[in-house]
Amino acid sequence: MFAYKFDWGVLWRQPYGEWLLQGLWLTIQLGALAWIIALSLGILFGTMRSVRFWPLRIIGSLYVEVFRNIPFLVQLFFWFYAGPMLFGKTLQLQINQISGLNYYIAIVGLGLYTASRVAEHVRAGFASIGHGQYDAVLSTGMTPLQMYWYVMIPHALRLIIPPLTTEFLTIFKNSAVAMTIGVAETTFMSYKIDEQTFHGLEATTGAMAIYLVLGMTVVKLMDFIEARFRIPGLMTR
Amino acid sequence: MFDAILNNLPYLLGGFLTNLQLAAFALAGGLFLGTLVGLGRISKRPWIYHPVTLYVNFLRNIPLILVIFWFYFVMPILVGRTMDPFVSAAVSFIVFEATYFGEILRAGFQSISKDLVSAAYSTGLTYRQTAAYILVPIAFRRMLPSLITQSIITFQDTSLAYVIGLQEMVRRTTIVDSLEVRSVQLYSFVAVLFFIICFIGSRISLHYEEKSRKAKVL
Repeated sequence: MFAYKFDWGVLWRQPYGEWLLQGLWLTIQLGALAWIIALSLGILFGTMRSVRFWPLRIIGSLYVEVFRNIPFLVQLFFWFYAGPMLFGKTLQLQINQISGLNYYIAIVGLGLYTASRVAEHVRAGFASIGHGQYDAVLSTGMTPLQMYWYVMIPHALRLIIPPLTTEFLTIFKNSAVAMTIGVAETTFMSYKIDEQTFHGLEATTGAMAIYLVLGMTVVKLMDFIEARFRIPGLMTR
Repeated sequence: MFDAILNNLPYLLGGFLTNLQLAAFALAGGLFLGTLVGLGRISKRPWIYHPVTLYVNFLRNIPLILVIFWFYFVMPILVGRTMDPFVSAAVSFIVFEATYFGEILRAGFQSISKDLVSAAYSTGLTYRQTAAYILVPIAFRRMLPSLITQSIITFQDTSLAYVIGLQEMVRRTTIVDSLEVRSVQLYSFVAVLFFIICFIGSRISLHYEEKSRKAKVL
């Protein structure tokens, strides 16, 4: 059991320490950029699921069901390996020559996947707003589009900040799956250190510490946002 | 049109069977350990509550893929020989999913009224009996929709065992694809298979949710 010699130096010895920090920087990029896609599409599809016009509701539900019921790894591989083939032979070759293609696909793939989860929260937000408010807003002469844009979406978003915080934390954790298509984020780097030094245990433990610190930072940030946008007069913790 | 799938069908489906088996182990172990975790999270004894809380909060902040790697590295050191990827993956899933099941069950335990527990004690039941005959059955019944949803997520997560070389469906698909270069049909096939199982699961979860909303028993 103790035949293994620990070498925690792989966490700061060069170049390994720097690798881990580079990995952290990519993890932050992936999570933050994918979050922009996830939030915009999530609001769009979540709203579509809540409107009275049924064709929009069906499109919204279809999106959510497809993206929620397929493992993220499979989605990512589909976009990365099969995605370029969907454009035909000539375009496929050009697409495959884009440098950093895996990075862009990871961001878009993670964004599309998380959007389906955000959409569910958005829908729950709309559901918790009383029907009276819809009638009240429409009676002021707003069009349905104006109603959603100026009143319902801002209201629903402020109601669902806590579950969105969880989702925002999850997006950084899910970004680790991008290592499977060769994006050099934190988990990828810890695995790479193992390949070079055979000290994968120390490297992955170090990576865990990085995710922990990142997670705590995100929670602090979201606490601030939640306090800033809390609706006065509603229950607080 | 489906040539690459049909030519390798037994091989691919064999991989899918591995996913199902891994999910079965993960669910059985995860629910058992998760029940203990959930009880630990409502324990009044600090020496139980604090370690369990630390365990849950720690793992819930770590990506599963990293946990799979970590166990893959740590198991050979503990056991002294190279581990089978399936065993290593099963252990990581049980330890990881138990934290999620534990939190769901904690919510279930906390929804039970204190009077009911007092009543159980007053009839002479011990803590162990109260937990086994009162707390756990009620919490499982109340939390059934969430437990099913988490089980679906667990099943989807089994694809991540790909990273330690387990011969599950995604790994086998990449192998077939590297020979046949039929990415669109092959990855669509994996996606459809997972979709069918997970979609059925989510309908079952929804069914129980509606049912409990209507009945409101217990």
